[in-house]
Amino acid sequence: MDYIAQQVINAFQLGSIYALIALGYSLVYGVLSMINFAHGDLFMLGAFTCLLLEAIVPIPLWIVLPLTMITIGFLGALLERLAYRPIRNAPRVSAIITSLGCGLIIENITLAISPYPRHMPTLLQNSTIHFYGITISFLQILVVGVSLTLMLLLDFIIRFTSLGMAIRALSCDRVMVSLLGIPANRIISLTFALGGALGGAAGLLYALAYPVISSSMGILIGWKAFVAAVIGGIGSIRGALLGAYILGTTEVISVTILPSTYRDLIAYSLLLIILVFKPYGILGEPPLQKV
Amino acid sequence: MEQSDFNDAHFLKVALLNKNFGGQRSIIDLSFHLNPKECLGIIGPNGAGKTTLFNLLSGIIPSTSGSIIWLNQEIQKKSAVQISYLGIARTFQNIRLFKQLTVLENIRIAYDTQLTYTPLDALLRSPHAIKEEKKSIHASMELLDLFSMTSLAYEAAGGLSYGDQRRLEIARALALRPRLLLLDEPAAGMNEAEMNKLMELLRWIQKEFTLSMLLIEHHMPFIMGLCNRMLVLDFGQLIAEGTPEEIRQNRRVIEAYLGEEEKNEF
Amino acid sequence: MQQQANKEERLRSPGDAFNKRGLQSKYIVWLQNIGLLLLGGVASMLIPKFFNNYITFVLITLIINAILCVSLNLINGYMGEFSVGHAAFMALGAYSSAIITVKIAPTLPIFFLFPLAVTAGGFVAALVGVPLAILSFKTRGDYLAIITLSFLMIVKSGLENISYVGGPRGFLGIPQLTTLPWAYFWGVLTFWILRNFINSKWGRSITAIREDEIAAQAMGVSTRSAKMMTFVISSFFAGVAGGLFAQQIQFINPSSFDILKSTNILVMVYLGGVGSLSGSLVGAVVFTLLYQLLQPFGVWRLVIMPLLLVLLMIFRPRGIMGFREWTWLQPKESRTKGVDHSVL
Repeated sequence: MDYIAQQVINAFQLGSIYALIALGYSLVYGVLSMINFAHGDLFMLGAFTCLLLEAIVPIPLWIVLPLTMITIGFLGALLERLAYRPIRNAPRVSAIITSLGCGLIIENITLAISPYPRHMPTLLQNSTIHFYGITISFLQILVVGVSLTLMLLLDFIIRFTSLGMAIRALSCDRVMVSLLGIPANRIISLTFALGGALGGAAGLLYALAYPVISSSMGILIGWKAFVAAVIGGIGSIRGALLGAYILGTTEVISVTILPSTYRDLIAYSLLLIILVFKPYGILGEPPLQKV
Repeated sequence: MEQSDFNDAHFLKVALLNKNFGGQRSIIDLSFHLNPKECLGIIGPNGAGKTTLFNLLSGIIPSTSGSIIWLNQEIQKKSAVQISYLGIARTFQNIRLFKQLTVLENIRIAYDTQLTYTPLDALLRSPHAIKEEKKSIHASMELLDLFSMTSLAYEAAGGLSYGDQRRLEIARALALRPRLLLLDEPAAGMNEAEMNKLMELLRWIQKEFTLSMLLIEHHMPFIMGLCNRMLVLDFGQLIAEGTPEEIRQNRRVIEAYLGEEEKNEF
Repeated sequence: MQQQANKEERLRSPGDAFNKRGLQSKYIVWLQNIGLLLLGGVASMLIPKFFNNYITFVLITLIINAILCVSLNLINGYMGEFSVGHAAFMALGAYSSAIITVKIAPTLPIFFLFPLAVTAGGFVAALVGVPLAILSFKTRGDYLAIITLSFLMIVKSGLENISYVGGPRGFLGIPQLTTLPWAYFWGVLTFWILRNFINSKWGRSITAIREDEIAAQAMGVSTRSAKMMTFVISSFFAGVAGGLFAQQIQFINPSSFDILKSTNILVMVYLGGVGSLSGSLVGAVVFTLLYQLLQPFGVWRLVIMPLLLVLLMIFRPRGIMGFREWTWLQPKESRTKGVDHSVL
């Protein structure tokens, strides 16, 4: 009983982290219909930023979290400005290649600076809570709690603020939005910042939960979140959450049954199977094709 | 063979054709027929379903119900590729050439349907393949010559003038050796002189290639210069059929074009 | 009379001019080509004798890269789709050929063993290319890119879990069979077959699909068979390159076929030029030399290559030779003189 409950919580924790990253992929895809492969590496930088900040001054979590989010949000916007804006009207293939390239640049710069995996210092006293015979660590509650709070915050921004309205309008018709006098460029930058901030937060939470961080995290974990976003239907916010929890659950189940080396195999096979039957993900809609 | 087809009532016969896009009905119970060597004009206000009809006939989108009979075969379930092999070729309203390819390559791609060599011939470039390739170049150049476009053969199609692009699209459709040509607003955006030249060209093509034609066009003099019979579509329905003279006097057609309001003023 | 002559002149296809020079010159040109090829073959045999191992190594790598580049160009350049899974096909070819040379038939004489192993590697890769081609019938663009990406990850992590081929530690003890003449032979074969394919009706079909798939279908282009052939041929030659690679390096592990490998092939394709055989050759040469020259930079080389790719995308997305072709890489009757591509 305790074991199963523990696995459920593990799945929920992993799913929440995936969801935070997947939201970044979906936000950008919604606005620019481009896959930002470099987003996984922003997530990785989130973990490293936190490490760096802690190495300079040991500061408590509630300060380091917003700082990390701001830094990574800024980097996300910068990435858009430097690499993606010049090719915005180029064929879509250019966008995929550019983002793939940017991801590798970020990853390998990190690799060159920090070639070996690093340990994250403990920011929290890890106490556990006993609840009807189930043991939950405070850390897990924190990861899930912070993730859910951030997701609700994003939902609020998208639904009720003028920025959110502009983002929704942009995903419908980019040309029209600029004709209406909405500063499309600024909104796009802000979308990248928003996605980056969520990715940064996810990086921090991941580093707390699994305290060994390395430059390959972007591809190992970040791309998993991308898989989650595609499973749910990329571009759809609800799809990203759905996909993230499906993937989190699948991975936790597969790790309990099979050796952990099968994790990637299972995740990407799941993606392939879902794309065969639902070519645009569970909640995604096929793009309109005009004859 | 050719002769027996002409006596056939089932040259092209469309019966109770329907197309729904979600809840929107774009083509409603449409029935008409086309005689061999005939040029049938199709007019109608914007959104009447004219281009949708062409997309159904050429197999680019599937119909919801109804039948299309072409040379004694039901073709409403066939793919665009199969239909092109059965001798129906088309042009597009918004010109869809292979823009980065040369004019010659555009023609050759359509002509390729007539080449008979196997993939192995292609990979090893067998003498048979070389012979077929030369044949295709020669035939394509001849076709271009008929359109007096040989001097443009090695230009990129996307770099041609608007009128040349329209003509190239017609030439490309003819390279399929079709029996029926579907022309979607071939004269759109042309001035009077260009239009007259195009009319001449189409008349000549029809005679030279013994073709039947379906022609969507807004410009009445153009359509009247080519067609003896025409259909009028409005909101997906056939509202009139007849000679251009009959259509001109048809009250429902006038209403469809001018709207209900004006009827009271006349 | 004069008009008639003019018409003749205009009707003449580029191949005709060649024919009219008569049989004699036809054979001379033919002999010239064969002679040049043989000269290359002799050079490939002599170079290892007169120069050091490093030069030979670089040249073999260059040929392998050219094969990878040109086969990916078929999908990304000519067909206009986006595949990032090329390293997976290479891995399949490398592992299959290594299994043959190490486990199945190590006693066979080298002269039979090596072509057998490399061809088998190609066929295994081509076979796996079939389902990918079927997926590409329905899916295009971003989603096809995602499918190829997940395919790459599946192959890589699949290999990591097969202990028969060494798992994550890799496959050791592969004999060194890839010599420069062999590499030269495979390189020439690849370019010759791909040149033939591109200038056949299927080659034109895939460029038509790139330009406008719906118009292509309306013009009778059977998009499915064209896509199928393209994926099969492309993956076959990626597998061949993998076979050559395994027999050159003598050690392969799953992480040598990761996304970075795919990206390197992409750099070559987009550096040299999309939709061009000549471009693939140029891309492979420039990339290979650059990669060797940047050796002293160590890990930073892994930063420079993707950076180059991004800069290319921003400043020259068509690459050095995009959509242009050297005449010697075109068959006689397809040659076009004075094609103006400036409007593109």
